[in-house]
Amino acid sequence: MRDRILQDQEFQLPVSRIFIAASLFVALLLDWLPWQGMWLVFRPDFVALVLLYWCTHKPYHVGISIAWTVGILADVADASLFGQHALAYSVLAFSGIVLHRRVLMFNLHQQTLQVFPLLLLAYTVYAAVHWQLRGSISWEYFIGSVVSTLLWAPVTILLQAWRRPRAAPDQL
Amino acid sequence: MEQNQPLRFFNRGPSPAVRLVFFALLSLLLLFVDVRYRYLESIRSGLSVLLYPLQRLVTTPSKLWHEIDDFFVSHNSLIRDNSELRNQHTLDIAQLLQLQVLQAENQHLRNLLMVQQRADYPMQLAEIMYVERDIFNRKILLDKGGQANVLAGQIVMDDSGIVGQVTRVYPWMSEVTLITDKDHSVPVQVLRNGLRAVVFGSGDTGELALRYIPISSDIQNGDVLVTSGIDGTYPPGLPVAKVIQVERDPAYPFARILCAPIAGVDKHRQLLILSTLLKLPERPEAVVETATDKSKNGKRGGR
Repeated sequence: MRDRILQDQEFQLPVSRIFIAASLFVALLLDWLPWQGMWLVFRPDFVALVLLYWCTHKPYHVGISIAWTVGILADVADASLFGQHALAYSVLAFSGIVLHRRVLMFNLHQQTLQVFPLLLLAYTVYAAVHWQLRGSISWEYFIGSVVSTLLWAPVTILLQAWRRPRAAPDQL
Repeated sequence: MEQNQPLRFFNRGPSPAVRLVFFALLSLLLLFVDVRYRYLESIRSGLSVLLYPLQRLVTTPSKLWHEIDDFFVSHNSLIRDNSELRNQHTLDIAQLLQLQVLQAENQHLRNLLMVQQRADYPMQLAEIMYVERDIFNRKILLDKGGQANVLAGQIVMDDSGIVGQVTRVYPWMSEVTLITDKDHSVPVQVLRNGLRAVVFGSGDTGELALRYIPISSDIQNGDVLVTSGIDGTYPPGLPVAKVIQVERDPAYPFARILCAPIAGVDKHRQLLILSTLLKLPERPEAVVETATDKSKNGKRGGR
């Protein structure tokens, strides 16, 4: 029920560019936290999640260009090759924009299943680039896509809650 | 034909597919340029300067935690440490006396042999600022960079052995590739018998691999590998790794040898950067040359 309500309100929820930028920025900071050891293997890609959220919910505000720019920033901070994250995020944003109506049709649980292939695709692009250029691949990396997928529902609820106007008289 | 296409009331710019193709090509171009050439290093270091305060900010909480943790180390443990250190100190002094004698003797022998004295390497202390979060890369970022005269190619070690090599220098940071990185290799010698080999990273923090060693070669468990200094990058005689597993399968031409790094590759916070790059005399030109080169040489000789 709750999901349905949230969905119905999607077009009413206000969105400001500053909020979008801030959410992406926070996601970048989360990705830059000093993850180590086991945590590194389970590290979800917050940037990919937030990008996907905006690409599905506001496809005309956040597009492939923004995804690409954010990807370049991630590349510099990660010391990965220039364009590696950028390419993965561009593909992710494209798939999110193309499928945004389909994804929003479902409730949150079903959305999680819909979102998994998209995230897996982005992870695969990143790993494929690495494999082509560096010739090695580590399969633990894909665990991250599963963890990210599991975080789709919490991230969506969180962002929806923040976007909802504060003074809503008929809401509890 | 035209009626089949959806009407477009608003001008939204090019379609997503066009944008995707554009940005994908741009990414691939950047990737290609980044892999083949080094043009993008200045852009990268410029952007890294912008991102540096943010990265510092993100690492602050864990750093603060460590500092508070250190602060509350109990009095007792400090006293205990102190007494232990005192004992150690007296032991060390005794050994140090021996060492001085040995050094003097060594010096004497070297002088006798007219061997060029190898200088002690100047080094500077740096602290790990930031550990890569990419499990493909085994890299760390230190808090000394171009401003502190760090150069790419310098060696990074801790108190027990070699940790890695500086591969990229930013103004206030430098990026270190660990010896366990998949793409990294170190020329080594077995301390016991002087056998030369090259040790490769395995991509795993606790493991190195010694490849292309014939089955019959004399390597045992527990052998210590030290740098041979043959490449001119690593100074000779620094400990690198210890052999932990030797597998000799007659079906393969080479033995499968695993080593563990001696240095705490993933353990310490402070590391030493050796500030010298050894200068070796230039490698003599290859003797075998192509026919055209020969004719050129002939002309030169004629003149």
